Amino acid sequence: MFGKLTLSAIPYDVPILVGTFIGAAIAGLAVVGLITYYGKWGYLWREWLTSVDHKRIGVMYIVVALVALFRGFADAIMMRSQLALAYAGNPGYLPPHHYDQIFSAHGTIMIFFMAMAFMQGLMNIVVPLQIGARDVAFPFVNTLSFWMTTISFLLVNVSLFIGEFSQCGWLAYPPLSEQQFSPGVGVDYYIWAVQLSGVGTLLTGVNFFATIVKMRAPGMTYMRMPVFTWTIFCTTVLIMVAFPILTVAMGLLGLDRYLGMHFFTNDGGGNQMLYLSVIWGWGHPEVYILVLPAFGAFSEITQTFSRKPLFGYKTMVYATASIMVLSLVVWVHHFFTMGAGPNVNAFFGIMTMIIAVPTGVKIFNWLFTMYKGRIEFHATMYWVIGFMITFSIGGMTGVMLAIPASDFVLHNSLFVIAHFHNVIIGGVYFGYVAAMNFWFPKAFGFKLNEAWGKRAFWLWFVGFYFAFVPLYVLGFEGMTRRMNHYDNPEWHPWLLLAEVGAVMIACGIVCQLTQLYVSIRDRNLAENRDLTGDPWNARTLEWSTSSPPPFYNFAILPEVHELDAFAHDKEAGIDTRQAGGNYQPIHMPKNTACGFLIGAFSFVLGFGAIWYIWWLAAVGLIGVIATVIARSSDNDVDYYVPVSEVVRIEQEHTHNLMAAQAAE
Amino acid sequence: MAQNMTADAAHAHDEHHESPVVFGFWLYLMTDCIIFGTLFAVFAVLRDQFAGGPTGHEVFELSGVGIETAILLFSSITYGFGMIAAHENKVSTMRTWLGVTFLLGLGFLFMEIREFSHMIAEGNGPDRSAFLSSFFTLVGTHGLHVTCGLLWMAVLLFQTAGKTELNERMIGKLTCLSLFWHFLDIVWICVFTFVYLMSVI
Repeated sequence: MFGKLTLSAIPYDVPILVGTFIGAAIAGLAVVGLITYYGKWGYLWREWLTSVDHKRIGVMYIVVALVALFRGFADAIMMRSQLALAYAGNPGYLPPHHYDQIFSAHGTIMIFFMAMAFMQGLMNIVVPLQIGARDVAFPFVNTLSFWMTTISFLLVNVSLFIGEFSQCGWLAYPPLSEQQFSPGVGVDYYIWAVQLSGVGTLLTGVNFFATIVKMRAPGMTYMRMPVFTWTIFCTTVLIMVAFPILTVAMGLLGLDRYLGMHFFTNDGGGNQMLYLSVIWGWGHPEVYILVLPAFGAFSEITQTFSRKPLFGYKTMVYATASIMVLSLVVWVHHFFTMGAGPNVNAFFGIMTMIIAVPTGVKIFNWLFTMYKGRIEFHATMYWVIGFMITFSIGGMTGVMLAIPASDFVLHNSLFVIAHFHNVIIGGVYFGYVAAMNFWFPKAFGFKLNEAWGKRAFWLWFVGFYFAFVPLYVLGFEGMTRRMNHYDNPEWHPWLLLAEVGAVMIACGIVCQLTQLYVSIRDRNLAENRDLTGDPWNARTLEWSTSSPPPFYNFAILPEVHELDAFAHDKEAGIDTRQAGGNYQPIHMPKNTACGFLIGAFSFVLGFGAIWYIWWLAAVGLIGVIATVIARSSDNDVDYYVPVSEVVRIEQEHTHNLMAAQAAE
Repeated sequence: MAQNMTADAAHAHDEHHESPVVFGFWLYLMTDCIIFGTLFAVFAVLRDQFAGGPTGHEVFELSGVGIETAILLFSSITYGFGMIAAHENKVSTMRTWLGVTFLLGLGFLFMEIREFSHMIAEGNGPDRSAFLSSFFTLVGTHGLHVTCGLLWMAVLLFQTAGKTELNERMIGKLTCLSLFWHFLDIVWICVFTFVYLMSVI
């Protein structure tokens, strides 16, 4: 009846997990209690959970990403504490069985549910506004994507309290991840979470590619597209190319485990290196899927706060596109030690080093944008400059690893860990936080507090170097990754230093939370409110509408005459909004619960399959199919916003604009 | 019905952008193409890993596969006739051709399941060797797609029942399924060539 699921799957004898459960339960009950107390369930359901508005979906994505950040960071600081303690006979406080789950969950959560969710949140909030569109190409698919990501993250967290998570690292290499060596449900949790969230990401890729190709405002040619939109455009191409490969990798591993097939097993003719090749065929493009949007955000921020147009717009576009292409032909550098032979390794080593060229072009473009600009050292700019320093170092250690000969020495050591945190924290995370600070007033109508933003930056920036430079040293000293305890006395001081860095980063996260709290508390102060919709005197179309934008974004679609359309209009004295113009009824999609339902049924499907509860899995699958058919048969999916409503909303914004001008 | 027509009439003069549905579906198909491409690559790597089990030469029966191929290719033609009728707004003709296509697809699926169960009964199932794992997965994934296509076709037949004309949204759905169906045909031609023919030669 309940497959593999028995009471012994509940880890009530592990104090850390019981404590976590109590904490999560109290927090969950508090949230539920508050929503009930204020009677907001209906509002939450109608306006958010079933919303097809890309701005709201974007906000929900980022909320999920922040929760994932806390979960992933909790794992990180537990690992660092374990290694600070578990030295010379002291076993530390995490037994290997638990420790292995923690580093696997940390990687999985940070990539799939922190970074990917954050990135999709940013593209949701910004791209349609930036191209002057009223929504995305497929609003229903958009809510479906969000829910697939969210329920997958839920699945990972359920594994904390029911059963276990994978102990095979964030990419679950076989043969360790095969049934023979991992007979528990951990790897199945991993497979289903990654597979279901992959469906959501793939649909996002299709959706935003179609949106950018088909829905740009009149006059916005490809070479007039803002750089952020360009980077998202390239990212969606990479998503469409890479994520199907991930689907196959997870599918084949699942078939090995569920049906006893022999793709990657030791016996029966299986081939483990095939898994590595397939998973990295996704995995390498994935890091560019994450970092390209960050590059786009840095470009927008640098030009805005340097009060200059971006230096080398065209080279920026070409650099982005060439990184997109090159990222598809470098995957073998993740397993040079496989021994594919000197010629193969040389090819992939050289292709990897070539990526440094377009990336270098970008760094110089940002520097030249700042050169002779009137730089305003806003908190957002701190993250940009911190990024340029940190990412350049990470890029250089990447080129070191791209040399096959040195990779043979450094492979699987902490040097690799230091390198990719160097580029992912320094590039991706700094970029997303900068983007969040930059576009926050657009999404909510008030600015984030700068003082707390700067404090968060300094703690993150300095904490990063404390946490990861020791790992470079340890890599050279021969310490391998994923180690639970050690005896070498030379490693201990460096690991203590890394622990200090992790604590500083923890303080940085506390500052970010405080920043959010203080900003929300002070949102109505005059200096924090964004009445104009253009708080930074920025250059692109998203700033030409109000903050937060009306649900239809633009009452009259803007006309684009040049690159940086809004800056051009401001200089030429053109009203981009065409306020008081000839308003028409606006065609908009209706909210729908179908995305939520498909997500919920997918969760049931995944949970049933993980525990071999086949009737439950069947219920989930039938639920998914039935909801899709019901949605397909529903002809009542859109409506028209009447002109009177548009006029009312637009006049209110015009009134705000005039009040803001009068205040100046 | 009246409500539908007003919405359609409004669509006609409102939108500056044509519906992106068919374009979006093309994009999805290309991602599906990469799934099949990866599965073909996996098959290419594992095709001679027999692990002491049978080779393709020993387990494939080309005559049955030839009939399957003929049925599937023919079903593409009948779907094409259905689309011609759809564009001329002949709903009942379209539904007849779709019904024929559905039956042909069902026939194809029936033959494939028979082939699979035959092999499994003889002890040559997907858990026998890496070669058979990759064979069953590649061909089975195609079969799963055909199953989804049939389900979709049944839904569209149900949704067009009793209709006298097809609105823009329905034409869009029929076009997407048509792309899907022809795509599966092309994939099958590759399966037939690279999996069956090349294993038997």
